[in-house]
Amino acid sequence: MSYTIALAGNPNCGKTTLFNELTGSKQHVGNWPGVTVDKKEGTYKKNKEINVLDLPGTYSLSPYSAEEIVARDYIVKEKPDAVINIVDGASIERNLYLTVQVLETGIPTVIAMNMMDEVERRGDSINCNKLSEILGVPVVPIIARSGKGLDELMKEAQKVATGKKAPGQLQIFGNDIEDAIEEVKGYLTEGTEEDRRWTAIKLLEGDEIILESLHPDTSKLIQEIVQKMDSKCDGDTEAAIADKRYQYIGQIVKKAVKKSHTGHMETRSDKLDKILTNRVLALPIFAVVMYILFAATFSESFLFIPDLPSPGVWLAGIVETAWGALTDLVEGGLTSLGASDWALGLVLSCMDGVGAVAGFLPLVLVLFLLLSFLEDSGYMARVAFVMDRIFRHFGLSGRSFIPLLMGFGCSVPALMASRTLENDKDRKITMMITPFMSCGAKLPIYMMFAVTLFADSNQTLIVFGIYMIGLLVAVLSAFLLGKLIKGDEVSNFIMELPSYRVPTLKSVLIHAWEKVKGFAIKAGTIIFGSTVLIWLLSNFNFSGMCDMEESFLASIGNVIKIIFIPLGFGDWRASVGVVTGWIAKENIVATFGQLFGGVSDEVVEAVSAGEEALPAITAVFSPAAAWAYMAFNLLCMPCFAAVGAIKREMGSWKWTLRAIGYQMATAYVVALVIYWLFGLFY
Amino acid sequence: MTLKDLRPGDEGKVVSIGEKGPARRRIMEMGVTPGTMVKVVKVAPLGDPIEVNIRGYELSLRKEEAMRIVVE
Repeated sequence: MSYTIALAGNPNCGKTTLFNELTGSKQHVGNWPGVTVDKKEGTYKKNKEINVLDLPGTYSLSPYSAEEIVARDYIVKEKPDAVINIVDGASIERNLYLTVQVLETGIPTVIAMNMMDEVERRGDSINCNKLSEILGVPVVPIIARSGKGLDELMKEAQKVATGKKAPGQLQIFGNDIEDAIEEVKGYLTEGTEEDRRWTAIKLLEGDEIILESLHPDTSKLIQEIVQKMDSKCDGDTEAAIADKRYQYIGQIVKKAVKKSHTGHMETRSDKLDKILTNRVLALPIFAVVMYILFAATFSESFLFIPDLPSPGVWLAGIVETAWGALTDLVEGGLTSLGASDWALGLVLSCMDGVGAVAGFLPLVLVLFLLLSFLEDSGYMARVAFVMDRIFRHFGLSGRSFIPLLMGFGCSVPALMASRTLENDKDRKITMMITPFMSCGAKLPIYMMFAVTLFADSNQTLIVFGIYMIGLLVAVLSAFLLGKLIKGDEVSNFIMELPSYRVPTLKSVLIHAWEKVKGFAIKAGTIIFGSTVLIWLLSNFNFSGMCDMEESFLASIGNVIKIIFIPLGFGDWRASVGVVTGWIAKENIVATFGQLFGGVSDEVVEAVSAGEEALPAITAVFSPAAAWAYMAFNLLCMPCFAAVGAIKREMGSWKWTLRAIGYQMATAYVVALVIYWLFGLFY
Repeated sequence: MTLKDLRPGDEGKVVSIGEKGPARRRIMEMGVTPGTMVKVVKVAPLGDPIEVNIRGYELSLRKEEAMRIVVE
């Protein structure tokens, strides 16, 4: 017979480490339906009959964040055969707050008392037998990082799962609240005894989701009971319940935990934190960490050493070279077999499509190796702590800093980094504005115009100006979107600053691997499909294969150029550039090279490096139109790879289309304003 | 006196926590309940938020939120 065992626990309690230890490589990551919360499942490596499910980390089972709703719905509705509740022994009181709520659900439970090594190091001791006696469920001491105690833990978990023994009722609430619970229970008809008790407690806590699910008459009666209770509890039953739970926890901790020091004792982590978030040193250290994060992923001269590629760039180079060689090989093979032009073209375009996906994988891999290190070590929480003051003004949290910074390198990994944002609204806004950070691929477009049209001006200033436009639009968008998008919670900054820990190699590798795999599969299909489609459009017309000038794309360009007339670049070639830019922004330069004079590859390369001008474009673009064109391509829909990343992270087409729609509209309006403003000067 | 008035190193006992609402709920869930000892560890480099030690772990909150927590 097979069982499902769910892991529940606070964030940073070692839950993911335990999950990795239990399942090894036998795990897969999906999404919970409707929300962007990872759903991790696997089988226990020592017994294939046991499914292990990693619930999102939560502090409570109240329904106030997507994670909490997912965790509690799973426990209460799906009813796993057993729950393993992981408790961080080093901050046992706060962790037990979730424990008492898990026990309220009546699901068979085992408590895994984690971080026993850290507890010992502090000179404290936890009496697990005593705790087990009080709570009425097995309590197993473990050290998840080293795998100690896991066999014992799983043995106990199997025992409670087969025994189906519900934990007994704890004496937490006192007479007043217990009476109210009984009264509410009287109105509930569905579910077992434990279900009804749990539902009654949640209703007294003012749980709106459950209240709405009831018959209107019942819910009215229950609201009356809650109001009556409120007046008994200083106007707030919910607070009284939280208080009672913590009082109860205080009592049991007194009985089962021996502390060597009373009050606060300085740990190693505290000492490290004194340096890392020191008033003077925090910002310089932060700048160095962010530089390393950015440079290791994107830099061509890593650590300021000329021509030393960073790990990300180096790996990307290898992938590109290898893919190029493979493409040549296939091309040679097909030609010698006498394949027709279009068959050859189709195969090569498919290979380009796959290559476009593959080229991003090294960047995603390197960035996420580093990001998981920062996350698991506890520094990520400090990033938010340090940057919160600044980002709050834009309606965002300090954690948005990382995706936005990465956006200057490449939007794809940057968008995926937005997953570290806890608040759903912050995450959406951050994803919508991340592409406004001008990525590396957009630089050649600016260089091309700077050299050709602004040869006499300061070209650095022009490029800088465009970057500033992006930043400004991003800041204004954050304000605007903050007002438009409905948030599910009030923005606050009540956050745990977890102890610093050396991450385990296994966790870091597994996390990075998941990201790479997820991107390749989910985003890959979108990138591949769009790349092939644009290739077909730019190489075919009704009579078969043709040059780009006569292709479907050219015809499309001739139609959509009307839209761009108010922006100053109502030209079919400029319009085609916008479209090919969606495959990859640097494509715009190659398209221009081809359409404005059919220059060779070397010239195109020189143009994108800002070494040579492309004089033919001066006939189409006035300086004001060039500014408008640069701004439009900076702000409009990012490349398909980034759209794929947005789709993956938003988890919904609706929000993906909203993001694209917003970016398109912004690009149009900003380019219009710029064309008009610059028209006054030039 | 509120938690915001405490300086790094100062310790106080929580008396009450602001008004009913999601922020208060969150604060209480994180262990800030009446009668608990809370110690201010430090202030962020830019002056806000603050870091406190409560129930043996570190919690950060904005001054705006700390202002609503009455301590003695």
